[in-house]
Amino acid sequence: MVEKRLKTSTKVWLTIIFIIFMGFLLWIADRTFDDYKLRVLRLIAIYGIMAVSLNLINGITGVFSLGHAGFILIGAYTASLLTLTPEQKAMSFLFGIQPWIEKLHTDFFTATIAGGAMAAFFAFLIGWPVLKLYGDYLAIASLGFAEVVRIWANNAMTITNGPLGLKAIPEYSNTWWVYGWLLFTVAFISSLVYSSYGRALKAIREDEIAARAMGINVFKHQLLAFVVGAFFAGVSGSLYAHWLTTIDPRLTTMGPMLTFYILIMIVLGGLGSITGSLIGAAIFAILFEWLRNLEQPFTFFGIHVPGIPGMRILVVSVIFILVMIFWQRGIMGREELTWENLYRWFSKLKREGEKS
Amino acid sequence: MTEVARKPQEEVKTSEEFLLKLDHVTMQFGGLIAVNDFDNGVKKYELLGLIGPNGAGKTTVFNVVTGIYYPTKGRVIFDGIDITPLKPHQITHLGIARTFQNIKLFYDLTVLDNVLVAQHHELSNPDADRILKKHGKPPKNTKKFWFWRAVSKLGYIKKEKEMVERAKELIERVGLSHVMYEKASALPYGEQRKLEIARALATKPKLLLLDEPAAGMNPKESEDLMEFIKRLKNEFKVTIFLIEHDMKVVMGICERIIVMDYGKIIAEGTPEEIQSNPRVIEAYLGKEWKNV
Amino acid sequence: MGFSPGSFFLQNLFNAIMLGGLYALIAVGYTMVYGILRLINFAHGDIMMMGVYFAFYAATILSLSPIPAAVVAVLGAAGLGFLIDRIAYKPLRNAPRISALITAIAMSFFLESFAVVVFGAIPKSFLSVFKDRTILNKVLTIGGARIPLLTFLVIVLTAGIFAVVFWIVYKTKIGMAMRAISMDIPTTSLMGINVDMVIGFTFALGSALAAASGIMWAMRYPNVYPYMGFMPGMKAFIAAVVGGIGSIPGAIVGGLILGAIEIFAVAYFPDLSGYRDAFSFIILIVILLIKPSGILGKKAIEKV
Repeated sequence: MVEKRLKTSTKVWLTIIFIIFMGFLLWIADRTFDDYKLRVLRLIAIYGIMAVSLNLINGITGVFSLGHAGFILIGAYTASLLTLTPEQKAMSFLFGIQPWIEKLHTDFFTATIAGGAMAAFFAFLIGWPVLKLYGDYLAIASLGFAEVVRIWANNAMTITNGPLGLKAIPEYSNTWWVYGWLLFTVAFISSLVYSSYGRALKAIREDEIAARAMGINVFKHQLLAFVVGAFFAGVSGSLYAHWLTTIDPRLTTMGPMLTFYILIMIVLGGLGSITGSLIGAAIFAILFEWLRNLEQPFTFFGIHVPGIPGMRILVVSVIFILVMIFWQRGIMGREELTWENLYRWFSKLKREGEKS
Repeated sequence: MTEVARKPQEEVKTSEEFLLKLDHVTMQFGGLIAVNDFDNGVKKYELLGLIGPNGAGKTTVFNVVTGIYYPTKGRVIFDGIDITPLKPHQITHLGIARTFQNIKLFYDLTVLDNVLVAQHHELSNPDADRILKKHGKPPKNTKKFWFWRAVSKLGYIKKEKEMVERAKELIERVGLSHVMYEKASALPYGEQRKLEIARALATKPKLLLLDEPAAGMNPKESEDLMEFIKRLKNEFKVTIFLIEHDMKVVMGICERIIVMDYGKIIAEGTPEEIQSNPRVIEAYLGKEWKNV
Repeated sequence: MGFSPGSFFLQNLFNAIMLGGLYALIAVGYTMVYGILRLINFAHGDIMMMGVYFAFYAATILSLSPIPAAVVAVLGAAGLGFLIDRIAYKPLRNAPRISALITAIAMSFFLESFAVVVFGAIPKSFLSVFKDRTILNKVLTIGGARIPLLTFLVIVLTAGIFAVVFWIVYKTKIGMAMRAISMDIPTTSLMGINVDMVIGFTFALGSALAAASGIMWAMRYPNVYPYMGFMPGMKAFIAAVVGGIGSIPGAIVGGLILGAIEIFAVAYFPDLSGYRDAFSFIILIVILLIKPSGILGKKAIEKV
């Protein structure tokens, strides 16, 4: 029998110390890293929010949604339209702009929350029809939704500036904002998962019919996970836009591609594990950036290889397929990297060390 | 089997009134009539058995009662409430719990979590609570905003502690403490069946529907299960409605038995009456029954 | 020459049937695979794209004339489809559905990025396949409407291909095996049928259809680029769902409906042309709300 051996208060203290320690590391990084490294560091946090929020929907509740990019885009637009000044908007909107959008202007924090709220609102609307579907249909319908959002953004000239997109978005996403939001996201979702609601969501994932028989309103809970996940997706969208400083609805990188990237992150990290999603996001961010090297000319064992654009997506997709065929559970599987698990692992090592 | 000694329980007397009544219920799927004019029910605190050959419509009756199917004709009345139009999760909240013929545990969750999940409905069913209040019954839950409480952990920790203690106690009483933190998938078959029953009990039901709980068990296990189910009634003050193929189990513990064949009730009575009923014997001679 | 409402309608009608037919060809491939494996082969649209590239390179590098090039491409796509099933989907036959779905997505991703790296992201023109372009430019006049000969050819060819497909599925042994597997895999294998081979054949057949559709598509819309299969693939899947997933006549009906709505909506409401791709998704949501099993589909009751 495996019982919990650490007191809750111990775990709380450990977590607080850990957060302070990470904060300290971040402070050092923020001061010493060069611009490029800082950008990647912040991207890790943004991907982390995207991954953890998608994992709540797909991994924990078992709702296979491919529409995350849609919510991210909604959050990105909503927040950016709020942080751009009326003058900036008047200048860049080629076909004029809806007057109420032009006038609205607020700070980054409020704008980000607004982005999340807008995404959550649409998740609520779209959830009603889409969540009544099953597995594969839900996947396509949600993917369709994300595409519709992108197509609409590409066409609604006076609201989103259409194919011209939004440019010169102020780069508000500094290290503290993104990691602050990441901390909040992880805290919120972890707290949700480690509660009766989290157990209900997992039950729905395991067996919908049995969950219903245990008194769980399956639809309501799926919608709950969907909306919460969408909220944080919207938040990540805002952070992403203020990191990238542009939004271009024509690029498929803001569309299905992005959802696939996030999917890779959570599958790699372990579908159903929050810490897994974080690990997956970090690995993906770093790997993807490092793979940029493949797109420049380089020498491989004395052979000169010309740079091939698009190579890194190819490598990533091969890794994805290999992971799916040989290592479906991913790094963490469904387990979490908790203090409990670490303690157990260390005790086991200690015991084995004492034996020999 | 670790068992905690309990004070001798008072015998809970079966009442005369129906706790659950199926009012001329017919369930038709296209051209197939799975349940044909079922007009019977379960009395309060009764241990009622439902038997019949495969395909007689027994599980369909359960499915109609629990709201999985909406009956083609007739109504289902439970504890004075017409539950026919209600959804499965609401019906569970109102006090009916069930197990499944093919065990449907939450396999990747631990034994403890399986039992804990069954208590979630108390927090999250305002619509069903409204139905209870409408019929003058106490709602299962009086506080609001449980979702926000659960996330912020404010005003929630006490509730979680209560639920965990209740779950642990229940697990102990059914004799599964030794595997409390194991995943349900790791348990042997017999313990999985017990877990399913424990989970159903955790919903605090007034009526427990057991669908072939002894399926796949050897004689010794069936006997243990028999004793176990008999105890449930007194220990948990619950009414039990049981589908079974194993005649020894049925005759051993049921106070009353309903026999179905081809969707219809063909006989009803005490175990002795049923055993000597010619129609029952005729139905069984042509089909495959166990342990008769 | 005046453009009467009648001829306007006729013109769009032919376009709609052609487009619908092309979607239907791809949709049939989706529906066959789904009917057997309950798997949405996300990579299907990308196989269509690969087929187009195969034809392109067969004509330009191997200097084959159009028809042999098309044959090579179709066969190549069939082989590719078979290979993908063998390598990526077969190992996951018994895995949870979600895993197979994710793998299909990964495969789609892979094919697209492969095309970007190997073929290049810059769009190519399919017209290079044809040394003699006269056939592409011939226009017929029917009832006052000017309809390219190409549109006709595509419609006729598509109909012919469907006839062949029907023959295969309903009149041959392997077709019967396919239909049997779509109902019950374990029993079919007990009947002595090599299930894996039949599944592989289904993939090959569906891929061949997708490639054929792609080639005709590229003749009409000659822009060839790595992501060209994504949208048609999505729409074809939606068409299969609309018509009733698992039903081949359903896929044809669905494809025609989608093609018709897309063409006519843009024809009569030109302001909406930017949204033409969105129509299919909206139709999907509508059909999933009203009749999820599709127009020709059957309802499946899950036994508890």
